[in-house]
Amino acid sequence: MVVKTLPEFPIKKGEPAYKLWIFEPGWKGEIPLNFNLRQVAEQKRSALLPGHRLCAGCAAPIVVKLASFAFRGPTIVVNATGCLEVASTIFPFTSWAVPWLHNAFENAASTASGVEAAINAMKKTGRLPYEHVDVVVFGGDGGTFDIGFQALSGMAERGHDVLYILYDNEAYMNTGIQRSGGTPKYASTTTSPAGEVIPGKPENKKPIADIMVAHRIPYVATATPAHWMDFMKKVRRGIEVVGPAFIHSLSSCDRGWRHENAISIEVLRRAVDTCYFPLWEWTPENGYMLTDRSLVIARNPSLKQPIEKFVEVQGRFRHLMKPENREKLRELQEYVDKVWEDLLRRASNAPR
Amino acid sequence: MSKTMIKYPIHTQEILNVNGDEAVAYAVKQSLVDVVSAYPITPQTIIVEKFSEFVADGLVHTQFVPVESEHSAMSACVGAAAAGARAFTATSSQGLALMVEIVYIASGMRLPIVMAVVNRALSAPINIHNDHSDAYLMRDSGWIQLFVENVQESYDTTIQAFKIAEDERVLLPVAVNLDGFFLSHTLENIRILPDEAVADFLGGYRKVARVKVDYYDEEVPHMLNPARPLTFGALDLYDYYFEHKVQQVEAMKNVPAVVREVNEKWQELTGRKYGDGVIETYGMEDAEIAVVAMGSSAGTIRSVIKKYRERGEKIGLVRIRLYRPFPYEDVGKILSNVKVVAVMDKAIGPGSYGALYQDIVSSLYDLSDRPLTVDYVYGLGGRDLTQDMVANMIEQVKEDVRKGRVENKIRYLGVRW
Ligand SMILES: Cc1ncc(C[n+]2csc(CCOP(=O)(O)OP(=O)(O)O)c2C)c(N)n1
Ligand code: SF4
Repeated sequence: MVVKTLPEFPIKKGEPAYKLWIFEPGWKGEIPLNFNLRQVAEQKRSALLPGHRLCAGCAAPIVVKLASFAFRGPTIVVNATGCLEVASTIFPFTSWAVPWLHNAFENAASTASGVEAAINAMKKTGRLPYEHVDVVVFGGDGGTFDIGFQALSGMAERGHDVLYILYDNEAYMNTGIQRSGGTPKYASTTTSPAGEVIPGKPENKKPIADIMVAHRIPYVATATPAHWMDFMKKVRRGIEVVGPAFIHSLSSCDRGWRHENAISIEVLRRAVDTCYFPLWEWTPENGYMLTDRSLVIARNPSLKQPIEKFVEVQGRFRHLMKPENREKLRELQEYVDKVWEDLLRRASNAPR
Repeated sequence: MSKTMIKYPIHTQEILNVNGDEAVAYAVKQSLVDVVSAYPITPQTIIVEKFSEFVADGLVHTQFVPVESEHSAMSACVGAAAAGARAFTATSSQGLALMVEIVYIASGMRLPIVMAVVNRALSAPINIHNDHSDAYLMRDSGWIQLFVENVQESYDTTIQAFKIAEDERVLLPVAVNLDGFFLSHTLENIRILPDEAVADFLGGYRKVARVKVDYYDEEVPHMLNPARPLTFGALDLYDYYFEHKVQQVEAMKNVPAVVREVNEKWQELTGRKYGDGVIETYGMEDAEIAVVAMGSSAGTIRSVIKKYRERGEKIGLVRIRLYRPFPYEDVGKILSNVKVVAVMDKAIGPGSYGALYQDIVSSLYDLSDRPLTVDYVYGLGGRDLTQDMVANMIEQVKEDVRKGRVENKIRYLGVRW
């Protein structure tokens, strides 16, 4: 076996983007984490290749691409059933440049547990031709908050060295926009429609990232692809820690959120600016730490936008903009404020 | 096969006093398994407990993943096998029912996982004892299903299962079925091979099969390999799903030959064999009455038939060892000259005949001279099968032959009405 040391990413600048990520056995380098987005784009090292069938404007592929810019070397991706999976692997095509496995809807975490165990077994018997192989999961909100939660919790409790990235589009999009445990209060979905009597989903969103913090795993963070530098740093951190890491990325869905497909990233920015979706990370050492825009807002509260800014551009909240529903909007604002203040109390770097 | 050719004649084989579950655990210990992932359920639990001891004592290199459910156990096995590892799990009853979604995925992805199914009745009513309703639950899942008769065969078959599953002509998962409590909790002296012999029989660690994929010039390992990335578990629409399913069926066709080969190789190694690996018969050369059964009941039935034979009555036993793929033609041939076939089903199919019975009838349909058939449902929820019951059954079918017809096609053994 020829052992080649390739300190740089194996696909060279100028080569076509549809090349797969080939890590010859013995590869010992580490892909540098490049914060110059232009250079990153030039390197063409996305794990997700062009040609997938996700909707125009969908944030999910951006989540995956940004995450893969932060991969450090040989990586195996596990994907739960959902939009990302069905739209990227329609046989005989695949959009994945890395080894990729889809098992079922609810078991991405346990599948990844098995992949990681296999890597360890092969390492132990001298059969792994690399120093390390990273395992990264992408799962939707349905496959993470709801049906897949047991497997996720089990994976976290057992301490598998896996980074689980939740792309949260706040509903079951692949089956046609049904409510999930990640759907926010008053959002209209096909199983929680805004009707004459019930104004959309009656319950609040499950605090999934906090629940993962409660598992006391080495790393938990929230992120959005709109805050891309923050996102990439967190992904790299999640890969680097030994043990389970969890990143909750909000991921707008123009179909389900009913907004113009050109403004996906803008909507995500508004989610952070209104403190609807604060950016933070949690480690056992430092506890909660605000990051990026949320830290800026904490230091300068006048930057915090009213929740209307997030709601007004989305058709799923259209009914909330009616005058008779002003009370509901106020309720939503109160909830967001409460969660934000609670976070400020917990965050070790929040101004006191 | 002359005795001198056996590599490890019986006197050289160590004796182990174990129950069926421990025998399976011991076989897994010797089979260089990379990943074991399982969840406790009676009567399978001892397998995992015993195996955990091997792990705790550092006797194996295996990564043990004690998951939070059977669904995750099978999921982890899929992940592990896709990553190129040799993977094993074990379950029973409700555990198998919970994992069945992923059971189909394992075979559809052509992953050579081995699973011990310690057969137990399905709820409700909840019952921890043996019947075959759990095994029947997965019979169309694309898994190879083997049924063993005793503790020795549990050990032997578990090792054989890895060889069958990983054979390039097969690449399908294998379920080794052993009867709950009757085998799982019953001590027997078994003969075991030295560790090296088992490793040698399996050819060392799992060797991943290579496949031709359009993107690559050469054949590449069928695994999650950063050197040659592949996509596992893609979406197939109506343009490919059918073809992929048919490929599974084609692979299934190769199974009986591989099972027979492995059975022969095992005999060369240990002196032990189980019929031709697919079917084991007793007294079928000239039989007029045939009893067909699977699993541990075969022992009880054989001992009754032996007594009939001693009295000169032409009765034989057909034990199906390979239940899926079902050996329709072989069974048809073996049963072509009998007058009546009593099929013993250890599970009930409300609104239908027993599953084994249906397979046997299918095997007989093309014969020019079809025997009478009766479906005997017995042993549900662990109900004992006594020698008297077997004798009664034989007397009943003798009566059917005399009458030349069968009235109640489905009959129960040992049930109170
Ligand atoms: C056991 C099971 N139940 C239901 C489904 C149907 N199903 C497939 S994808 C999906 C929704 C996925 O939603 P989510 O995880 O939020 O991902 P998204 O499609 O929104 O990206 C559902 C319900 C399934 N595949 N398996
Ligand atoms: S439905 Fe939504 S989540 Fe799914 S691909 Fe389209 S935009 Fe993305």
